[in-house]
Amino acid sequence: MTKEEKYSLAKWAMNHALENGAQQASVSISNNQSSSVDVRDEKIDKLEQAIQSGLTIRLFVDGKYSAHSTNRMKKEDLSHFINEAIEGTKYLSEDKFRSLPEPELYYKGGGKPLNTLDPNFSKVDPQEKIDLAFAMEKEVLGADERIISVSASYYDGLNERVMVTSNGFEGDSSNSYFGLNASVSVKSDDARPESYWGESAIFFDKLKKDGIGKMALKRAIDKIGQDKIESGKMPMIVENRQVGRIFGPLISALSGSAIQQKNSFLIDKLGKKVVSEKLTLTDDPFIPGGRGSRLFDGEGLATKKRVVFNKGVLETYYIDTYYGKKLEMQPNGGGTTNLVFETGDKDVNGLIASVKKGILVTGFNGGNSNGTTGDFSYGIEGFLIENGKITKPVSEMNITGNMLDLWSNIGAFGNDINESSSWMTPSILFEGVDFSGM
Amino acid sequence: MEVNRRNFIKTSGMVAAGAVILPPFVQSCQNAQISNTVKSYLDHFEVSTEMLQKVIAEAMSKGGDYADLFFEHKISNNLGLEDGKVNRAYSNVDFGVGIRVLKGDQTGFAYSENITLDDMLNAAKMAANIANSNASFNAGAVNEKMPANYYNISKKWSDVSVKDKVPFVQKINDKVFAMDEKVIKVNAFLNDETSYTLFYNSDGRLTYDYLPMVSFGVICIMQKDKQIENAYSARSFRKGFEWLDESVIDELSNEAVSRTNILFEATKPKAGEMPVVMGAGGSGILLHEAIGHTFEADFNRKGTSIFSDKMGKKVAESFINIIDDGTLEGNRGSINIDDEGNDVQKTYMVKDGVLNSYLHDKISAKYYGVDPTGNGRRESFRFIPLPRMRATYMEAGQSSKDDIISNVDYGVYVDNFSNGQVQIGAGDFTFFVKSGYLIEKGKLTQPIKDINIIGNGPQALADISMAANDYLMDNGTWTCGKGGQSVPVTCGLPTVLVKKLTVGGTNA
Repeated sequence: MTKEEKYSLAKWAMNHALENGAQQASVSISNNQSSSVDVRDEKIDKLEQAIQSGLTIRLFVDGKYSAHSTNRMKKEDLSHFINEAIEGTKYLSEDKFRSLPEPELYYKGGGKPLNTLDPNFSKVDPQEKIDLAFAMEKEVLGADERIISVSASYYDGLNERVMVTSNGFEGDSSNSYFGLNASVSVKSDDARPESYWGESAIFFDKLKKDGIGKMALKRAIDKIGQDKIESGKMPMIVENRQVGRIFGPLISALSGSAIQQKNSFLIDKLGKKVVSEKLTLTDDPFIPGGRGSRLFDGEGLATKKRVVFNKGVLETYYIDTYYGKKLEMQPNGGGTTNLVFETGDKDVNGLIASVKKGILVTGFNGGNSNGTTGDFSYGIEGFLIENGKITKPVSEMNITGNMLDLWSNIGAFGNDINESSSWMTPSILFEGVDFSGM
Repeated sequence: MEVNRRNFIKTSGMVAAGAVILPPFVQSCQNAQISNTVKSYLDHFEVSTEMLQKVIAEAMSKGGDYADLFFEHKISNNLGLEDGKVNRAYSNVDFGVGIRVLKGDQTGFAYSENITLDDMLNAAKMAANIANSNASFNAGAVNEKMPANYYNISKKWSDVSVKDKVPFVQKINDKVFAMDEKVIKVNAFLNDETSYTLFYNSDGRLTYDYLPMVSFGVICIMQKDKQIENAYSARSFRKGFEWLDESVIDELSNEAVSRTNILFEATKPKAGEMPVVMGAGGSGILLHEAIGHTFEADFNRKGTSIFSDKMGKKVAESFINIIDDGTLEGNRGSINIDDEGNDVQKTYMVKDGVLNSYLHDKISAKYYGVDPTGNGRRESFRFIPLPRMRATYMEAGQSSKDDIISNVDYGVYVDNFSNGQVQIGAGDFTFFVKSGYLIEKGKLTQPIKDINIIGNGPQALADISMAANDYLMDNGTWTCGKGGQSVPVTCGLPTVLVKKLTVGGTNA
């Protein structure tokens, strides 16, 4: 579907809802095309290609609310689908907090281009995609006699979306992505450690294409001989790409629904110092080429650049229209865009050099965090650091603690931000973390 | 289950569909004798056996060894309660066909959301490209395969309106609030799902399934002084509307309230290695993570599982039998036929302590020269089938629960979990304990909460030294993720003693 066709169908569906019992409605239509190639044993293991589309409608009927989606996009089918959805909604309880956003908060156009789409998306030669996957595999095959299995994959995709609401919002967005991944298994006594590496980009030309296979192999071989060490309280460095796992619970605790439903350890903490003064974090939706860049959120609210933590002081929650009404707070967008950390002056190796005895975490294995209390416990693997140097691989260990304690005990932020994610996390050194092992 | 309303394709499931029977769009003029049931599925998807044969011939046109078509129509409904009222509903309709071509162990795959002959032929052409010669394929006779029936239901979710479901969700809220004055919030949900699938492959096999599912759950949030805690209870089955009754509401409410209450007293244990007693039921997550995934034959075929090369070897004490079963009546993990059209079994992974069978899909069964085990499953028509678990459990042992606990001088007893994970090659697996107890001198003492437990699969399996006679299936809303695909599963266990695992906690 072209953008115009999507707008036209979305408006038709919205009007159909308004004519059949809904007082307000919003409709979004998205489509996605994607392809992938997996290679293994110097053969193509899997070729996939897909095109999909879907329509989502949010209905406000007699003070009641529901939302529905379908991939049956013919008007005849949609008409039945919407009529039945409206009928069903009438059996729900009223919810006075449900409504579309206030129109003055909508994005109204005129934003600077965010460079989230590669205009040459469809010009990449399918054979080049296959060749790139084989090239990654070739970097590794025969490079080490302990290799058991190598797989490599190329993937890409293009998303396009339009949204309309019955109180005046119209907007569309699109983005593209390209990626390469390699994974390598190696033999070590009884175990078969496996590791992977990947790169991704919005533009095909900017995709890093070399060294991915080699990096996956290095990370697998580095794991050979991994074992647990004795339990103890030690400094912990978390590698930049892994930080999201332990930062996620802090962000979840800031959502309007978590605050209002008492499922957060950051209730009533606005304006208070809750974590280390070393943490200053900005949410910036306008970074050109940023993975999380956007001009409006899922409801159509205009995005704004804002400080989330300022020297450890909590400056904002993430509030959507519904929970904004319940909490009597101004809605400001329900989700993160690009998270930008104030960084330190050392890369991960510099952080390692500063540690006498501690653990570098390069992967998490299961675990969870209690949303209400912030108590967490995660499985980890990585490396023992002794006197500023990595001495051996460790695994089968847990870290356990509380999110507020962990983030209050930041030793240092690295300067090595992860640019392949909208959460642009650097490596971070934490002090005094409880490890359990032997 | 017969489906006879083409009209149903259009409905959201929000309201019971009327008893309108439209004449089928496509006259299914058949070249072989097929049942009225399979004909109703062909009509549901508006296809004929001739169309299926044309699409398969296109899929095989580049010299593929095998091809299959998987049609699916899924309707999901969700009712949600927050702040005392059933005040939100969500529904989703998904419809399409996945077309897969195999050449040796290589896979070509494409799907289409439009089931017209032209769209299907285009998708088949893309999938065919995994092979690269020219071949002509003549589809043989259609060979109808009747699926088993492991989920008998009397009231289909597609015939139940929002109006009939709302009172159950409301009642569970009221019940939880009435049980304990510390309750400050309740969240509750009722999800139902109905899938129709139709399968046809290049061997001529034509089969189908009707898959119902219900999940009902409640989250209880309590406050005592300044401390807030919450816990969750849910059940899920391949059952119809008749399953919902007062006893389910009572069971879930009691469980959610008691699980929340225990948390106010709970602390963290001391960090380190110690004996772990896994309580009957949800502790089956141990089998799922420590053993189940590493027995999935795609990992073994590629040599990346820690259990590769262990077939026929002793991996556990000889009283241990571990099963993956797709045939349990009404179980969330059960399937009448797998997503590659194969019969489903009760598969002994470990028999008398010896590794007896991997879990196979079509590719791995062929690689190992064994019959398929009915483990080829897929999240939807958008994905290829992979070897996946169904209901994974261990048979009961001889000891009693009390015997097992009294055997432990210092350790933990755990019986309530939220999630787990495994690294297939290293064998390290974890599960997250929402609550449990310390064991001191053979007795349960201090409640514990929110700790991760980590171990190594083969070692943990070998370290199961006692099993009790209290086997219990856990019918929670377990969902297993692998390769970006989620499928419903379950797990069960009798109370067992694992001699040593690493328990998260604090250091003095």
